Amino acid sequence: MADEPIISLRGVTKVYGEGPTAFQALKGIDLDIAQGDFVAVMGPSGSGKSTTMNILGCLDVPSGGAFLFKGRHVETLDRDQRALLRRRYLGFVFQGFNLLSRTTALENVELPLLYRGEDKKTRYDMGMAALDKVGLKPWWDHTPAELSGGQQQRVAIARAIVTQPDVLLADEPTGNLDSERSVEIMQLLTDLNRNSGITVLMVTHEPDMAAFARTIVHFKDGLVERIEAKAAA
Amino acid sequence: MLGTTIILAFRAINRHKLRSFLTTLGIIIGVAAVVTMVTLGNGATAAVREQISSLGANVLQLRPGQGFGRGGGGPRPPDFKEADLTAIQNQLTGVRAVAPIVQSSGTAIYEGNNWSTTVYGTTSAYSEVQQWKVAEGRLFMPEEEEAGKAVCVIGNTVRTNLFQNNEPVGQRMRIKGVSCQVIGVLETRGQGGFGDQDDVVIMPIRFVQRRFTGDRDVSQIMVAVDDAYDTSTVQTSLEELMRERRKIKPGAEDNFNVFDTKQISDTLTGTTTILTQIVGAVAAISLLVGGIGIMNIMLVSVTERTREIGIRLAIGAVAREVLMQFLVEAIVLSCLGGLIGLFLALLASIAIAPLMQVPFLFDVKVNLIAFLFSAAIGVVFGYFPARRAAGLNPIDALRHE
Repeated sequence: MADEPIISLRGVTKVYGEGPTAFQALKGIDLDIAQGDFVAVMGPSGSGKSTTMNILGCLDVPSGGAFLFKGRHVETLDRDQRALLRRRYLGFVFQGFNLLSRTTALENVELPLLYRGEDKKTRYDMGMAALDKVGLKPWWDHTPAELSGGQQQRVAIARAIVTQPDVLLADEPTGNLDSERSVEIMQLLTDLNRNSGITVLMVTHEPDMAAFARTIVHFKDGLVERIEAKAAA
Repeated sequence: MLGTTIILAFRAINRHKLRSFLTTLGIIIGVAAVVTMVTLGNGATAAVREQISSLGANVLQLRPGQGFGRGGGGPRPPDFKEADLTAIQNQLTGVRAVAPIVQSSGTAIYEGNNWSTTVYGTTSAYSEVQQWKVAEGRLFMPEEEEAGKAVCVIGNTVRTNLFQNNEPVGQRMRIKGVSCQVIGVLETRGQGGFGDQDDVVIMPIRFVQRRFTGDRDVSQIMVAVDDAYDTSTVQTSLEELMRERRKIKPGAEDNFNVFDTKQISDTLTGTTTILTQIVGAVAAISLLVGGIGIMNIMLVSVTERTREIGIRLAIGAVAREVLMQFLVEAIVLSCLGGLIGLFLALLASIAIAPLMQVPFLFDVKVNLIAFLFSAAIGVVFGYFPARRAAGLNPIDALRHE
């Protein structure tokens, strides 16, 4: 790829705790992710994939090494600067959906727009457009309790993409869904990746789901074991 | 950004209506209690002040004996003589008017109606001292006064009970068995701290002395002090004069007393003010308890909504926004509680004031202070839970079950 990678990790380490009980979760990660890629992150638990995702999601900072996001050194940013970065460029989808209860689908989707300070009309228009993209426009006024798991995850995806982020981070997005719903969600992510140009980073332990990705990064013992690049589909 | 947080706060409150209501209940009760107490207290103070001022401003009351009563044992201190009156008038500076009073009680009769009342014998100077006005008819003339004619001016209570709807002025009625002509009706003065001030019959002093008391003594002297003079200076010289006239030896106690109505007024209003403050302070403690209630629920709410906070942080809320959200939520709750409390206080004051026979005075300042205080409680007690929420680590918060 000729383009500068959107994400670049150089010798990233992460240590939890101090002294004799310290635990080194990441032992020096080097990783480049190109704009528009669809990356699946795999590896057994404790391999450092979740830690890496937290760092990539600007939720956590590395203990050592450099993390460049769009050319900016994230490891030098403070809490609020990272929050603004998330607000501007990132979207999150979680395994447990993490929607606000007793809140309609539209209100959930509008939430990031509220923090961006968009006005009511814009919030409604963009929120509805995002719900339309995930095929849930008719359910806009339903609360999470009134939606199925698959639908809830779609709402979560709509919330993640409503701000038109550069990167979508999905932490086991299909972990709580049956295989049929899982495939639907994966197809949705693939569409968003292809048609909207969103870079997708996904943690999964299911090879079937990882098969939707273009690049698969395997983690083991706090290191990148190997990178599996599939031919451009 | 504030607009956003206020929207979020209202949404959160709306999601938990019952809990929000219970949270604010402490504030509601606190504000309602404080404002009702202070409003009624102010009404009581105003009522006392009103009653005292009806006694006349800058008036010294000279009575025989010590204190209000006549005292227990010992010989009864002598009444005043008419010469005392002339001496006060002529020898003291700063005296505007001097009025003698002879008091007697008895039954007034008109066409078969009986009414027990108090007869005041005085001179026309009384109206200058007391600032009483006649609503109908007139006060007695100096000639009538001098001659001790059988004329009287009646208070409104006497008028209502004796004459009902008849026109009293010009009628003759009997008082203590003596016939007299009604020449005027006094303006209504209402219930005072000293009983019904309209339940009086005022007659020339000579008449009362001749027909009822049988001597020329004066039981009370009212001295009106000129506005240009200091009441306490005049009081001191009045006391000196009376000691001299009543031949009291140096070192011996006075056998008379001088009351400054302003002094009584200050004492009584001071007492009610202190009472209002004490009751208000007790009520303020309940406001504080209400604030602690808000903090308690907000802390529970932060724990319960840890995941929600995690989502907000992940989505890109900065710490300050989360802090603001919870702070604004607490402030909105306490302000809502404050408003409801003020409304309840208004209803309660309007309902209770007539029962306590005090005027209802809407005090903007008290209401405003109570409201601002409840808002401040929201800030103070909302800050700690809000800071805890804002300080959460997004990763841990998202994992929270």
